[in-house]
Order: sequence, then C-alpha cells, then structure tokens
Amino acid sequence: MTDTPVLELRNICKRFGAVVASNDVSLDLRPGEIHALIGPNGAGKSTLIAQIAGTLPSDAGQVMFEGRDVTGLDAVARARAGLGRTFQISSLAMEFTVLQNAVLGAVGQARTAFSLLRPVMKDRVLVAAAEAALEAVGLAEFRALRTDELSHGQRRQLEVAVALTLRPRAFLMDEPMAGLGMEGTAAMTGFLDTLRQRAPILLVEHDMDAVFRLADRISVLVYGEIVATGRPDEIRADAAVRSAYLGEATP
Amino acid sequence: MRREHRLNALILGLVLAVPLWAWATSEPFTITLATRAVIFAIAGVGLNLALGTGGLVSLGHAAFFGIGGYAMGILASHAQTYTPLFEWPFVLEGTKSMPVIWLLAVAASALAALMIGALSLRTSGVYFIMITLAFGQMFYYFMISWPAYGGEDGLSIYVRNGFPGLNTLDPIQFFALSFAILCAVLYLVTRLRASAFGLALGAARQNEARTRAVGIDPYRVRLLAFTLSGAITGLAGALFADLNRFVSPVMFSWHTSGELIVFIILGGVGRLMGPVLGAALYVALEHHLGGLSDYWQIYFGAILLGVVLFARGGLIGLIVGRETAHD
Ligand SMILES: Nc1ncnc2c1ncn2[C@@H]1O[C@H](COP(=O)(O)OP(=O)(O)OP(=O)(O)O)[C@@H](O)[C@H]1O
Ligand SMILES: [Mg+2]
Repeated sequence: MTDTPVLELRNICKRFGAVVASNDVSLDLRPGEIHALIGPNGAGKSTLIAQIAGTLPSDAGQVMFEGRDVTGLDAVARARAGLGRTFQISSLAMEFTVLQNAVLGAVGQARTAFSLLRPVMKDRVLVAAAEAALEAVGLAEFRALRTDELSHGQRRQLEVAVALTLRPRAFLMDEPMAGLGMEGTAAMTGFLDTLRQRAPILLVEHDMDAVFRLADRISVLVYGEIVATGRPDEIRADAAVRSAYLGEATP
Repeated sequence: MRREHRLNALILGLVLAVPLWAWATSEPFTITLATRAVIFAIAGVGLNLALGTGGLVSLGHAAFFGIGGYAMGILASHAQTYTPLFEWPFVLEGTKSMPVIWLLAVAASALAALMIGALSLRTSGVYFIMITLAFGQMFYYFMISWPAYGGEDGLSIYVRNGFPGLNTLDPIQFFALSFAILCAVLYLVTRLRASAFGLALGAARQNEARTRAVGIDPYRVRLLAFTLSGAITGLAGALFADLNRFVSPVMFSWHTSGELIVFIILGGVGRLMGPVLGAALYVALEHHLGGLSDYWQIYFGAILLGVVLFARGGLIGLIVGRETAHD
C-alpha cells in the first residue's frame, strides 16, 4: 500500500466569498485503497470532490493524477483521463431510462458520442457494459424504468452504475449510501469493498459504520481543513477528531 | 410509442393522400399548398433536431432557410443570364440543376450554422435565443441592402429548376420530389436520434453536468446538432425558393424563424413528426382562415395559445400522451 499515489492533491484552496471551503488541502489516494473523507455538514467535502473532478476551478494548488498535473484540465478532460465521480445530489438524465443513463456512460467511455447513424441501444458491447454495471449495483431489474420514476436510493445506485461504466482509474464518490436504507447500504458496502481492487475510491460518506468497515485510511475535514489522516483505529482514537466531529457518533 | 408510430404513419399518409386526391380531381392549387406544407415540414424537422432533441431554442433558423433560398436564386439567375458567379480563383457557373443547387444550399447553410453555432452556443437560455435572433436579422438586413441580387425586391426565376427524369413544372411531380426529400430527412433524423450522438445530445439537454462527467463535451455535440439542423433547414429553403420561383429577404426575417418554431410547438416539441403535423395544419389554416378574414393570425394565435396552455406536448402529445422512454 505504499506505492506511488494514483491521485494526489497538493495544497488545494477554494473560497466562496468569506467562506473558506478548502484550505490548503493535501491528500492522496493509493492503488487498491478506499480513502474515506469525513467531516461535518458544510466542511467542504463536496467542494473538494468538485475541485478534483474539475467542475470547480481551484484558487490555488495542484491536482496530480497518475503522475500527471491535471489542474488545468476541465471536467470533460478529467473524466476522459480516468476520474469517475458520483454526485451527492443525483445528477442524471431524468427523461432517459435507467439503461439509457448507463449506456450514456458507456458511450463516454468508448468515445463514440460522434457515432451518428448506428442505433446505440442495439450496440451489443455498450449495452452489455451498461447492463453489467446495473447488475453490480442491483438495478438490473429496473433497467426499463424512466429515471424520474426511481426512488432517491435507486438514483444513488444509478450514479454509481454510471461511474462504473466509465471504467475509471480512480473513483470519487460523494455519499453513495445516502438514502439507501439498511439493506441497500449493506449491499453497497459489500460492493464497494470489492470495487477497490478495480480502482481506488475517494469516498465521502456520513454513514460511520460503512466508513469504518470500508476505509483503509480516513481523512477528517473541518472548515475546509484536514485535521487528521490515518487508519480507522487511529482516527477513532484521535482526541481532536472526537471533539471536532465524531463526538457521540462513535459507539 | 406504438401509438405514436401509428399516428406518425397516419400523418404522413394524409400529407400524401391530399395532393394525390387533388391531382385526381385536377386541383393543382391544393397540390401547391401541400408542397408548401411539406417544404415547411422539412425546415421544421431540421429545426426540431436542435430545438427539440437538443433543447437549443434558435430564433435564427430563418438565416439557413434564406441561405438555401438564395443559393437557388443566385445559381439559377446566373444560369438564366449565362454569366458566371465569379471567375477567380476558378470559374463558377450558375446552374438550373436541382441536385447541384441542393448540394450548394446544404453546404452553405451548414457552414453558416457552424459559424453561428460556434459563437452562439457559448451562451444558453435567453441569451442564446437573442444571439441567434441577432444573427438572423443580420442576414436579413444584409440581403436587403445588397443590390447585386435584387435587394429588397428579391429575385425571380422564370422557369423552375430541373431534376433528371422529372418534369418539375408539373405540380404533382414537384410535390413527389419534395415528399421524397421529407421522407429521407425523417429517416436521417430518426437514425440520428437513435444513435450515440442522439443520446449524447439528449443528455446534454437534460443534464449538462452529467454529460461532462461521462467525458462528453456538450458544446461539441450541440455544435454538430446545430450544423446538421441548419443544413436541413437550408435544403428546405432551396426547395421553397423553387416552389415559388422567387426569393426575397423575407425568407431571412425573424417571422420565418418564428413560423418554424410555431410548427414545432403546434405539433409537439421533440416529436419526430411534430413539425410535419404543425406545418400541415399551419398551411391549411392559413388557407382557410386566411380566406375568411385578413386577421386570421389572431385566430391562429388563439389556437396556438390553447395548445401551449393545455397540450404541453403539442397535438401529438395530446393524442398519444407523454413521451415514453424507449430503448
Ligand atoms: N457554489 C457555492 N457558492 C457559495 N458557497 C458555497 C458553494 N458551494 C459550497 N459553498 C459553501 O462551502 C461550504 C462547503 O460546502 P460543501 O457542500 O463542500 O460541504 P460538504 O462538506 O459537502 O457538506 P455536506 O456534508 O452537507 O454535503 C459550505 O459552507 C457551503 O455553504
Ligand atoms: Mg456534500
């Protein structure tokens, strides 16, 4: 686990007026690991994900991906470079079917968005990739539903499925378990546990059980600053973390 | 979806049946009206690719309609007077051949759409509407003030241009030609909508952030859609000019853009046959209401308002219901 990092943030900063959303954040994501990013509401977790994915420009700092400086690339280029993200607030094409959303991801991955005449939903390779992703998150049976007919939890699952179709070399997941319920959370936890072998995951999550079960390392973000990074047992024992965030949340 | 397919077949069947009946009963004027509807339909189907599928509300598609029209007017007028368009760097002669005219109309309007799109697609929403309108009006005023091709008066062509193997002066033959082009365009647009490109275009309309997150650049997808859309509308412009054997700057005016949008809203935004139904109804109402009153557009406006308020999916949506997702 001490290989060179897949993803590395160097002194990332972002302000919204008086709000400092990320303040000199440095962290890395190593091959095969789940690195959980936790912190109270408004700590700047989603902002950080957006800065890594390229949807929000950083005020300062660098994002290195697979040894390459991607700070100057936009979100499209970073997705193509191999960063697969999910959104905290589900961001899907709501008029499409579940399967169409997954096929869209496969189209992005295959870079065939300028294929003009071949019927995309009859493309065996793309549809197979999309169906495999839906299967993996447990949405296979809902493939023909319109996305706006899905429950919130199912939309979270579809977010993850679309990210899977991209076959990224690092995942950025913003609260994939939110709204999943007990069973859904257990299933997703089991799935993410195996997913880390395919690509490391930077995981933002409020569900502490899931975090402590999954994470190889945990970073705690408070007011835009990383106050601690370490193995789950180290974080659990950290006094600063306990007072700042975990408090009565840990058993 | 099944119901919509059946309705589509019915609409196309009616658009074909009316002029055939008129032909059998020797009513050439009705054939001309049907041809007018078909040509408007082609222009509307072109615009609907951008507006319906892509969510790009262009109020400047008259520019492409006009460019197609003037491509015909300029080429045919030079052929009429046996003078080349220009002699340097190569000699370009005029022509009376429809296929050649169409080719140039499509190329010129696609190029214009590419340039207008490249600039206006940097904006969105109301700004996009305004900037496309501005481009359309720019062409309009340019044509009015450019004396070489008739200025405000426009250009007349004495004889309709030719198509190999057809007598284009025969109304039913020219109708058949226009109808065949409509069918070809509908086929092309159906294929485009079902392709990976169509999926990406629909995704860009529904959710730009999602589209970017899968590594697809909405701007480039929209630019291609806008270009194809402009090219189809330009082809319709060339046919429209041939139907009237006349072109004038009115083809470029924002009224024309507005009419195209009206066809789409009336029939159903984003529905394949929406503009066909819309254009057919528009031409029929223009003829019948126009005969009753000079202020027919007021009555038409009331009908349109009713559709907008009570039938959000246009008439096709009213008949077959909400567009179902399909694989
Ligand atoms: N676009 C924006 N404009 C202004 N302020 C913003 C913007 N986005 C986020 N913020 C502010 O930045 C801070 C960090 O927000 P962020 O959404 O990153 O927090 P978070 O850690 O993801 O919270 P949560 O756990 O609730 O998702 C908050 O104070 C928020 O109000
Ligand atoms: Mg958040």
